Amino acid sequence: MSDNNAYKSGSRLEKLLRAGHFVATGELGPPQSADGEVIREKARLLKGKCDAVNITDNQTAIVRMSSIGSGAICIQEGVEPIVQMTCRDRNRLAMQSDLLAAYALGMRNLLCLTGDHQSFGNHPTAKNVHDLDSLQLIDMMVRMRDQKTFLCGDPIKTVEPRFFIGAAANPFADPFDFRPYRLAKKVAAGADFIQTQLIYNVEKFAEYMRRVREMGLHERAYILAGVGPLKTPGMARYMRDKVPGMEVPDALVERMDAAGRDIPKERKEARNAAWREEGIKIAVELIEQLRQIEGVAGVHIMSIEWEEGVGIIAERAGLLPRPLS
Amino acid sequence: MIVGEQKPLQEIKELIGDAEKVLVAGCGTCVAVCFAGGEREAEILTSALRLAFRGDGKAKEVEEVTVQRQCEWEYIDPLAEQVAASDVVVSLACGIGVQTLVERFPEAWIVPGLNTTFLGMPQEQGIWVERCQACGNCILGVTAGICPIARCSKQLLNGPCGGSQDGRCEVNPDMECAWQLIYDRLSKMGRLDLMVTFQPAKDWSASRDGGPRKIVRQDLLMLPEEGY
Repeated sequence: MSDNNAYKSGSRLEKLLRAGHFVATGELGPPQSADGEVIREKARLLKGKCDAVNITDNQTAIVRMSSIGSGAICIQEGVEPIVQMTCRDRNRLAMQSDLLAAYALGMRNLLCLTGDHQSFGNHPTAKNVHDLDSLQLIDMMVRMRDQKTFLCGDPIKTVEPRFFIGAAANPFADPFDFRPYRLAKKVAAGADFIQTQLIYNVEKFAEYMRRVREMGLHERAYILAGVGPLKTPGMARYMRDKVPGMEVPDALVERMDAAGRDIPKERKEARNAAWREEGIKIAVELIEQLRQIEGVAGVHIMSIEWEEGVGIIAERAGLLPRPLS
Repeated sequence: MIVGEQKPLQEIKELIGDAEKVLVAGCGTCVAVCFAGGEREAEILTSALRLAFRGDGKAKEVEEVTVQRQCEWEYIDPLAEQVAASDVVVSLACGIGVQTLVERFPEAWIVPGLNTTFLGMPQEQGIWVERCQACGNCILGVTAGICPIARCSKQLLNGPCGGSQDGRCEVNPDMECAWQLIYDRLSKMGRLDLMVTFQPAKDWSASRDGGPRKIVRQDLLMLPEEGY
């Protein structure tokens, strides 16, 4: 039984998007420990600052508290989780059993990801799984929800897991021309909402969105644009030069440089504060520009290991109070 | 072909351990073509082991022999005497050759001198690349003849992931992104329709996941009544 037959999942995120609100989601990284208090503290920082919060799944292939376990703690704190699930660590049996548990624990949003390769993380000698890819995971969840069957075809005889199904999109990765088609593939597989990679190059993203609109994809799935604050010029440079699928224009790197230029190195804290301030400013400007692009249904604010940043950005971008209802 | 790489000399010495009579067995097929375990490599390893043991002050006999293929009974049967006379056989064949020797000569102690690395090909002089994972269910017909199971770091069937940049894989800039190659070739061949076709969850039971595999061809079996 679903919570509300009019909705696919009945999650707050789904209801807000369906009602046409411009939504804001945040992100929470679970700890590399069994300390549930860390989740509670981060959840308190994010509560009231966004509509729902992504809980990462062993992000960058580093072992952390599980996204579903952390999501259960978030619900206790009154924060709606968007549980991330990667294809790297589980086969189709483990995925389906985890989906049943996540639903039973009250989770209603799920983001399907391929997962960072284990060579980037702290267990590079691990065996990866990739039994399914992210598209096949979306397809499996749709079958469980809409056809009430497991992937093998066996019926789910009583309660089926009803998730609002999300997928990621990277508008800047190669081959660039194929990216809108890959999004189309995810939407056709059944993705209800999309969260994009961090966007710093609005012009290139607008070009991507023009093609997405031509294909009518913005009318079939809600697209949330990814935004995150740059914290230091070094981070901006690293993202520009080293992270595949990431585009940071030189002008933004220059702005980060300029923000700390007049502050001597010894005044470390003051310089960090100036950089963060500039990073926040840039993020707020990006949100204002992204909102103007037709087909953008909200923003996904990723403030990695700086959860306070989400609230500051949301406030300055005029997105508070949250959650909307 | 099967591509292998010789183990470090130290590791081979450790595998030989206290054995005094050592037989180095080369294989003249795949591993000879990739310069890892053929006749020449067997000779070189034998010399290296003799030198090393002499340096260690150990009196060991090291002999070598190379057969055309270690993975077929008929080629290894003639080794019976030499194997029986040895305390240990260092096989420079792939893992298949090692196990064929073990099955034929169950009383002998056989150790591998190679790491069997992958199924692949020599791309150019000195460079070998992986091309097949023997998944048992070939999909090259829908991926423009480029295998994402063997060549995509995440074995995606609906790629590319977000880590593809400038034709390279995020895992290592030396690696080509298989899905960029697939996209380019489908594009050139006017078959981009295949790129947007959803590939459902793969049946991995035909792969190693279904347990060790075996092919039985009824049409080729030597039935008793046909044996004479």
